[in-house]
Amino acid sequence: MKIHAFGAAKDITGAALIDFPVEETFVKVKDLKSLLYQKYPDLIKLPSLAISVNLFYASEETLVNKHDEVALIPPVSGG
Amino acid sequence: MESHIEITPEININEAYQKLIHPKSGGICTFIGTVRDLNNSKDVSHLFFEAYEKMAILKMEELAEEAGKKWPLNKIVMVHAIGEKQITDPVVFIGVSSAHRDASFRASRYLIDRLKEVVPIWKKETYQDHSSWINAHP
Repeated sequence: MKIHAFGAAKDITGAALIDFPVEETFVKVKDLKSLLYQKYPDLIKLPSLAISVNLFYASEETLVNKHDEVALIPPVSGG
Repeated sequence: MESHIEITPEININEAYQKLIHPKSGGICTFIGTVRDLNNSKDVSHLFFEAYEKMAILKMEELAEEAGKKWPLNKIVMVHAIGEKQITDPVVFIGVSSAHRDASFRASRYLIDRLKEVVPIWKKETYQDHSSWINAHP
């Protein structure tokens, strides 16, 4: 699964686009976050980490498959 | 209601303003966010803005649509800058035009407040000796 990373999350993953291995065809956002926290423990230190799926903020229960456009959204700070 | 949403390296304030002109508007309200030299008592040397462009545009379109439902508006312009920005540079332009001023004032306040909460854009501050991503939207 390809995952985009931005801002502080990108500094932690080390790349703007990571190729993240997920075994199941579908995975819940909360389980994907657990897997990401295992690989990149520093993500836990962020004040918050939202996940977007196909350009919309996803809930913890949202199902993701490998063809979805997924992104790590640390706290936003535009304006 | 028409809206113009844009993410750009350089905000053209005059062009953004021109897009707000409308024969049925008796008032145009604009807010321009700029880079200031001090944050949390630390001297800022410059800022860097990064956006998840496709999603940021979509979120700004949603916000414009919401504002258009809440107030009677003729035009909305939302422009956000990306890339390196120096002190005093404009980084965000919010403009609203409507028949009467009340709707413009309220909608522009709503749009900038919501933009800071939900639009996926990030700011990195560089000080004299280090830099850090800002993880908050005061």
